[in-house]
Amino acid sequence: MTFKKRLLAVAAVGVALALPMTASAHRGWIVPSATVLSGDVWVTFDAAVSNELFYPDHNAMRLDGVVATAPDGSVDKIQNGATGKYRSTFDVALTKPGTWKIGTASQSVMASYTENGEVKRFRGSAEDFAKQVPAGAADLKTIKSFNRNEVYVTRDKPTTDVFKPTGKGLELSPITHPNDLVAGEAASFKFLLDGKPAADLEVTIAEGGSRYSPRPDIKVKTGPDGVVKFTLPEAGMYWINASVRTGAMPGRGPGGPGGPGAPGGAPGAGGPGGGMGGMPGMGGGQQGPAQPLTGDGYSAGFTAVIEAQRP
Amino acid sequence: MKRSISLLTFAGAAVAGAPALAADLNVTVEVPKLTVAEYHKPYVAIWIENPADSTAAGTLAVWYDADNREDKGAKWLKDMRQWWRKAGREMSFPADGISGATRAPGPQKLVFAGSKGALKDLKPGAYNLVVEAAREVGGHEAVRVPFTWGQMGGKPGKPASAKGASELGAVTVSVK
Repeated sequence: MTFKKRLLAVAAVGVALALPMTASAHRGWIVPSATVLSGDVWVTFDAAVSNELFYPDHNAMRLDGVVATAPDGSVDKIQNGATGKYRSTFDVALTKPGTWKIGTASQSVMASYTENGEVKRFRGSAEDFAKQVPAGAADLKTIKSFNRNEVYVTRDKPTTDVFKPTGKGLELSPITHPNDLVAGEAASFKFLLDGKPAADLEVTIAEGGSRYSPRPDIKVKTGPDGVVKFTLPEAGMYWINASVRTGAMPGRGPGGPGGPGAPGGAPGAGGPGGGMGGMPGMGGGQQGPAQPLTGDGYSAGFTAVIEAQRP
Repeated sequence: MKRSISLLTFAGAAVAGAPALAADLNVTVEVPKLTVAEYHKPYVAIWIENPADSTAAGTLAVWYDADNREDKGAKWLKDMRQWWRKAGREMSFPADGISGATRAPGPQKLVFAGSKGALKDLKPGAYNLVVEAAREVGGHEAVRVPFTWGQMGGKPGKPASAKGASELGAVTVSVK
């Protein structure tokens, strides 16, 4: 990173903090060409991290880690994947009838520890953490993250097998099937955190098409049973996101800026220039001497794109 | 197992008492003539709706391109989206006695026999006949016409009709 670029990055952080979060947060999304299909087998997808929904104006989403889960639970590779500057695209052949889940589920670890009196920082996948960070490292502090970014498409009759919870991170357990959403009709979703009802969780629902008709985000909270109720006002694609954070955060302490909104883009957000969902300075691992984490923490993020059908 | 099923069927027929009437449903659907650059005949689903909860009580006819190579016509069935969500996606296509070819503009006269298909087991009561049309490179429209089925009042009802605004013309329903 050149000095000039670094200055720009600092300036970007300044701007981001000055604006309300809804306007500045980079949002990761996978948008399908259709969510309800009859007969036809093919669906094509765009995937990006952007400011405006759903216009690719920031970074392409990386496609490693994007898989298609068939209605019977088997996992298919995505096809014809290509990553451009601002957006990735790929296809999925719905070779079996029922509901498919397409997206990423990633587990990552941020850690600090002391080795020979020197503070070391690690950031990467859970597998790399096990390989690279010595077992029983001194002063080990970790922040474990689980992030999902999903979309659901149904060929013929909807099924629910792809929603079987894994018990890890934030998961959607539908009451209303995501492919049965109709504009103006009441719907409800249940959210699970590590397999248990995610109570008092703030869920953000943002309508697409923000470039031409910006609308405020819909914010709804889950009850003690993890259930959130909502009515999508108009037909179209919506971005739905929720995140949970516990424990200490690096640098800025708990609950620092850059919290909400950022996890959505996490799995594919990297792109050139790195940073978490394009939030410069979030991790800060590279600049200056490494700082130890202030404590152990946990974060989970859930993002999906859902479509409300016209009545 | 087999014996209990036939007993149930018999009991059902006795309660409904429908065979005594043996009415048919006469329907006229006007497919409007549209002067557009690219015209495709509409795909149409004709179905019966329970007015109380808007659920489907049976599908009478689906006009689409069933003969299309590799069954590509089925790709557009979901565009008749109310019917698709409430009934279509539960069925398999082509469906015997239901699937039919698309029709040209003009009034289309149809007779659905009370002794067959969805009408055979339809309980007496008030329903909507729904005609839902979707056209490739065109629009979507659903027209509802109320009708009464069975022996309520003993006499066949007067014809009822409603008119679409874009993809459908007049729809007339009478029980005879």
